Amino acid sequence: MSELSELYQQVILDHNKKPRNFHKLEAANRSAEGYNPLCGDQLTVYMQLEDEVVKDISFEGSGCAISKAAASMMTQSVKGKSKAEAETLFDEFHRMVTGELDEEAVPNHLGRLTIFSGVRDFPARVKCASLSWHTMHAALHGEETVSTE
Amino acid sequence: MISTDNILVETPETVDTLWDVERVREDFPVLSQTVNGKPLVYLDNAASSQVPQVVIDRGSKYLREEHSNIHRGVHYLSMKATTAYEGAREKVKRFINARDSKECIFVRGATEGINLVMHGYGRKFVTEGDEVIVSAMEHHANIVPWQMLCEEKGARLRVIPMSDAGELLLDEYDALLNERTKIVALAHISNALGTINPVKEMIATAHKHGVPVLLDGAQSAPHLAVDMQDLDCDFFVLSGHKMFAPTGSGVVYGKAEWLERMNPFQGGGDMIRTVTFEKTTYAGLPNKFEAGTPAIASQIGLGAAIDYLGSIGRERAVAYEHELLSYATAKISAIEGVRIIGTAREKASVLSFVIEGVHPHDIGTILDQEGIAVRAGHHCAQPVMQRFKVPATARASFAFYNTKVEVDTLARAIERVIEVFS
Repeated sequence: MSELSELYQQVILDHNKKPRNFHKLEAANRSAEGYNPLCGDQLTVYMQLEDEVVKDISFEGSGCAISKAAASMMTQSVKGKSKAEAETLFDEFHRMVTGELDEEAVPNHLGRLTIFSGVRDFPARVKCASLSWHTMHAALHGEETVSTE
Repeated sequence: MISTDNILVETPETVDTLWDVERVREDFPVLSQTVNGKPLVYLDNAASSQVPQVVIDRGSKYLREEHSNIHRGVHYLSMKATTAYEGAREKVKRFINARDSKECIFVRGATEGINLVMHGYGRKFVTEGDEVIVSAMEHHANIVPWQMLCEEKGARLRVIPMSDAGELLLDEYDALLNERTKIVALAHISNALGTINPVKEMIATAHKHGVPVLLDGAQSAPHLAVDMQDLDCDFFVLSGHKMFAPTGSGVVYGKAEWLERMNPFQGGGDMIRTVTFEKTTYAGLPNKFEAGTPAIASQIGLGAAIDYLGSIGRERAVAYEHELLSYATAKISAIEGVRIIGTAREKASVLSFVIEGVHPHDIGTILDQEGIAVRAGHHCAQPVMQRFKVPATARASFAFYNTKVEVDTLARAIERVIEVFS
């Protein structure tokens, strides 16, 4: 069960139960919808982007513990960041969960997001962890929908 | 089936002795492996069932000794391949009790079968203002092709609603049938809920209005006796890989009088009588619907799977599965926090459930760590999920090689899921 407890760490379970920034954002000037058509996960990311800075960000939707916790922590990490910084986080997170980035060996900006590193041992769940990040990325670039197909 | 059920109810303890499940399990090499250090518990049979050694052997014998293209050569191997392929068709004919083997068209699976009927029947006979009836518990394969047809023709898709238990509302069905109805396309057994629909009665009702009925038999062919003469359906589709045969095998049964009048499905070799650049005439049944080289090895495997089902005793297998489902339903529904989705009176093989506060994907991952394979998701039946207001379910689906011990393992693993998320 060691890989399993690596996947379902307390922090992840906590964010699943009490997701942060889990609401519609009235001041949003960007939003994007993300779908995982294979499993039916669906979420909307709302973003208030001003002067190339993510002033505020939130999400709504339904999904598994991994996708909900990932979305919750994504909003916390990206809030207040510049567009370029958000891009870097997106890239590093994506590479970490797909096993392309060894977060312990290579300097990075992921911080507590590294608790999602265990996802790479569960290939079927990588999309759950990355859906909100792809959706955030789409919102950042003014796209309206993204699918993890 | 009913009489067997009565016997089971009276003496449930006799079932395991009647059905030597450990002996049957030896026929399936895949079942003896371990997954994540635990014995594999394969409960995803509604998605795809496992293949017995005799079917594997038959397929590899074909590939080793008989492989060639069918219906084309006068040489030895082509004749061997053709004989084996057409032999499989004869087995299918007997298995579903068709009047004639030419009514059994080989396709890749149930999805391709429904698409064949949509193209061949639907595009020929459905016109603007017509109606197509499906049910609220269909697999996407029996929704999307009809939706595409309706969009193309300006026809209307009507849906038979269902109760909270997952039973179709037959009064509503009667009211939907009218002179504009061109076809009823209906699941025999729901893949998401396990409901066995009262299809014989529903077919008779449709026929009173002169409306043909397509049965999606993907879930019924592996678990019930399916008799075309008794059911009197106009079309029936099945997937080989859900009934212990390889993927790529499947059947569309159609009454000859419909198949003769229908458009071909795909154009190409083997489905023609004569071809010139001015005009092509089509082959007779069943070749008219089988363009190109089919999955010969897989269809021969389907024939072998049908032989295998005959050899183990179909009725006892069905009775055992029924008993196993009752056992699992009682065991799993007794766990606090678990809700069964689909509680119809007549069910087969499928146990869909949700756990309060836990998403089915998380259930699936934790169960997998215990070596248990279940399906977690919408089961290609998103309207069913919407009807029951759940994003997804976890689904354990059984075959005659599953055991009560495996059900106990499942129950313990579900308790573990609840523990992790408590």
